[in-house]
Parts: sequence; structure tokens; C-alpha cells
Amino acid sequence: MAMSSSAETAAARRRGRSGWLLSTPALVLLLLGAAGPLLVVLAFSLLSKGEYGGVALPVSGQAWFEIFFQRDIFDGTISPAKAHLAIFWRSVWLSLATTLITFVLGLPTAWFIATRPERQRALWLFLITIPFWTNLLIRTFAIMEVIRNEGLLNTTLIAMGAIDQPLQILFTDWATLIGMAYVYLPLMVLPLYAAIDRFDMRLLEAGYDLYASRWRLLRRVILPIVRPGIVAGCILVFIPSLGAYVTPRVLGGGTNMMVGNFIELQFGQARNWPLGASLSMALLIIVMVALLVYVRASAREGRDG
Amino acid sequence: MAEPRPFSVTRLPGFTAIAITAFVALYLPIITIVVFSFNALSSMSQWGGFSLHWYREAWANDTVQEATIRSLLIATVAALVSTVVATLAALGTTRQGRFRGRTAIYALINQPLMVPEIVTAVSLLIVFGAIRQATGYQGLGYLMLAHSAFCVPFAYLPIRARLEGMDRTLELAAADLYATPLQAFRRITLPLLMPGIAAGAMLAFVISLDDVVITEFVKSAGQDTLATYMLGQFRRTLTPEVNAISTALLALTLVLLTGFFLITRKRA
Repeated sequence: MAMSSSAETAAARRRGRSGWLLSTPALVLLLLGAAGPLLVVLAFSLLSKGEYGGVALPVSGQAWFEIFFQRDIFDGTISPAKAHLAIFWRSVWLSLATTLITFVLGLPTAWFIATRPERQRALWLFLITIPFWTNLLIRTFAIMEVIRNEGLLNTTLIAMGAIDQPLQILFTDWATLIGMAYVYLPLMVLPLYAAIDRFDMRLLEAGYDLYASRWRLLRRVILPIVRPGIVAGCILVFIPSLGAYVTPRVLGGGTNMMVGNFIELQFGQARNWPLGASLSMALLIIVMVALLVYVRASAREGRDG
Repeated sequence: MAEPRPFSVTRLPGFTAIAITAFVALYLPIITIVVFSFNALSSMSQWGGFSLHWYREAWANDTVQEATIRSLLIATVAALVSTVVATLAALGTTRQGRFRGRTAIYALINQPLMVPEIVTAVSLLIVFGAIRQATGYQGLGYLMLAHSAFCVPFAYLPIRARLEGMDRTLELAAADLYATPLQAFRRITLPLLMPGIAAGAMLAFVISLDDVVITEFVKSAGQDTLATYMLGQFRRTLTPEVNAISTALLALTLVLLTGFFLITRKRA
């Protein structure tokens, strides 16, 4: 760098100014329609419940306290808020199970696509992206048609003689789980494919030469190398699962709430806006932590490899 | 005994079977929806012959017609607005080198991808509700603003990818030949960038058309889009009318997606 440092900083400043200037319309739009209102929710989570819904002064941490604990109205004893914790717990285990199912199905699928002949790959990949871009409601509706009592699954099982009464899957946690796994599977396959596509298949030949079994190759060679793709896929499935709203509402039937539905309830019938706000922020914090873990992990991979 | 398969290094036991199962599981439900949208009966499990009855029924339904027009209108506005601002932002963040705050701009642009939709929906419900009460304005503006905002990252990413892959020497050559920055942009950068812009606009359109959660919370009474109309239908006994709407929407998405892939593929 032979340029004098003052000329350099002036140029950098000019570039920065036009960079910001060109981005301003987008930033204003996002502040008005997405990021700004989040700050209002944060503020609401620190206020008290209004008498007829809404929020009121004074500032308090009550809403945050209420997520985890409840105070007995008679003797003032504090106990864990079992109902809230149960909903959080359901959200977490359903999301983890969804992540696991999509991984078990998604890894072989991504592997299958990546090992097709070069010219077929784009087509197989396109077949994964179509459901990904298909309206979430259409897909939820489609899976509902399969698992309902007179649906494809039950009629097939009855025709095969495996069961004589239809299985009640719809409006249970199982329905939500099946629905989420169905809806989020492409989100797992795409990053896994991207990682496997870069995988050097000659490593497998080397492994065979050294008498490794296929199972051992999978565990000791493939999985460690495609790990960034696994982490990306798991995060990409886990985050939207945790905040799912449509799938549990439609398939879970309203009583098997996840956090997303519980938040809606607070702004609707329950009329507890501060609690709704603090729950929203809690959900956001969990998602941000998950993202942070992901960014850290991928940065470490970048350094190692 | 079956013939032993030829040895392949990439074959893993059971993987192909699971992959085929996954593809069947992905497509069977969607195909069922499409097939039964052409059913003459009102049943969703019994086949009564081919008919376009449910498409006629859906189209004759005023609510569906209005919702369709509303969906398309909102998606068009959202795609236009988000693509214009995303193009500017992409130029700002890729053409000016590194500068202070660029990471912050990235973060803000991608913010709608990171925040759970229900959280955004609730926050917009609160803020737009207050504005609604203060101004009395009930129009589609709220939905258009919200949709334009969450479509920005989807429009931005393909445009930025295109810009980053573009050869800068053409712009420098134009500048050497005394083109003003505006001329160079209009005659060189913009035409080269067009596939990225078109791809971004298509994605934004699809994303806006698909949205349920934010729309459900932001809309005023009587402002159903196709997606929220369908969500409302789940509370009732479903008729194949929903299949017909789904199939039509699916077809539209498929057309746009194919367009997107053809556009972005030319680059390679």
C-alpha cells in the first residue's frame, strides 16, 4: 500500500458513505416493517398488564418472571409455572425430534443426489426445492390428508390388515411431529447436499483399500467431513420448528400448543400482552443463541479446514 | 440368489432405499391433493371420475376471487418494492469495497430470515394496531409494508450473488471510454445484473404469496389473502375446493420456480 494513509481513509470514507446511502431505502423499510417493531415488543415485555388487555405502567419484570413461575393468589407462595414449562418442553422435544427425523431421512437423500451422474443432479435437486418453495399451508394440508382417520395412511393399513381401527394421529403431538418433519425435510437436505457435493469420493477408495467397512467409513470419514453441512441443516430445521405456528395449529388441533401458539393466545383470548411479549423475546433469544452456536461452529470449521 | 451388484465406492447400505422413500413421502401427499382436485365427487378418498367442478366452484366463490386478486396485488407490490431497495442495497454493499458498518447492514437485511415469523407477526400486530387506532387507516398498506420488508432478503441474496460473480473490468472499460457513472450503470451494470434482479423478484413474489403467519396477524377484517383464506377453511369440513385452490397455487409457484432456475442457470 503505497497510497498515503489520509487519501486512503478519505476514499474509504467516501465508499462507506455511498454504501450506506444506497442501503438506506432497504434499511428504512426493514426498520419500519420488521426490526423496529421488535423493540416495541421488548419494551412491552417490561411493562405491566393493562386492565382490558394492552399494557400499562409501571415498568416491571413480572412478565419475565411469569414465564417460569407463578405466585399463588392466596398465600403468595412461588411455584414453577407448570403449564408454561410443559409448552416449552413440548416445543423443544418436538423440534429436536423433527431435527432427528429429518437428519435420518435427509442424509441418505442428500447422499443419493450427490452420487447421481452429474447431469441428473440438477433435476433431483430441483425435485427437493419444489416442495421447499411450495406454500406451507398446501404442504400441511397435504400431510393432513394422509394422516387423517379416513386418509391414505389409515386406509392402506386397514386394507393390509395391519390394523382394524383407524389410528388417531391427527390432533395429537404425533401429527405435529410428522407435519414438521414433512415440511422441513428440504431444509435439511439442501445444506447436507452442499457439503456432500464438496466431499472428495477418493477418500472412500482410500478407506476401502485400508479395509474399512462401509459403516466405519460413514462414521469415521464421511460424517466428520460433512459436519458443517450437518450443523447447518440441523440449525435450519431446529429454528423454524421451535417457532412453528401453522403446523401445530392445523395438525395439533389447537390444544397441543407450541410456543408460537401460546404467544398468539396471550395477544388474543388470554389478554396478557406483557407475557406474550416476554415469551416472544425468550423465543428470539433461544433462536439467537442457536444461530450463534452455528456461526461459531462454522467459523471453527473454516479455520480447521 | 441375486447377482452381486457391481462394486461402487459411493454405495452405502440402505441409503438409496431411504432416499427413494423420502422422495415418495415428499411427493405422494402433494400428488394426492392434485389428483383429488379433479375429483367429480366431494370425497377426498373416493374417486368419482375426472371433473373441473371444484375449480369452477372455487372461481365462482367471491371470497376466493377477491382473496386471489388481493394476494396477487400484495405480492406484486412486495416484489417490486423489495427488489428495488434490495438492488440498491446490493450495489451499496458489494460495489463499495469494505466499509464501516457493512456487517451491520448485512445483519439488518437478513434479519427477517433469523427472527421467528410468529415474533415478527406479533410485533407488527402491536405496532400496526396502534397506528390503525391513531390514524383510522385500514387499507392494504400495512400488508404491503410488512410483505415488502420480509421479502427484502429473498430479493437481495440472488442479486448480490450475481453482482459478486460479475466481471468488473467491463465497468472499468466503460469508465475508460468516458461513460459517466450513471451511463456505465444503465448500459453495462444493469443489463448484466438483470438476471439476478429477475430471480430476486420471482423469489420475493413466491415468498409473499406463501406467507400465512404475518398476514394472519397484520390483516384487517375482510382482508384475507389466499393463504389466510385457506387457513380459515381448516376450521370447517374441507371440500375439494381447497384442493383446487392449492393446485392452482402450486402451478403458479412451479411456473415461477422454473423461470427462476432457467434464469440463474444461464450464469453457470
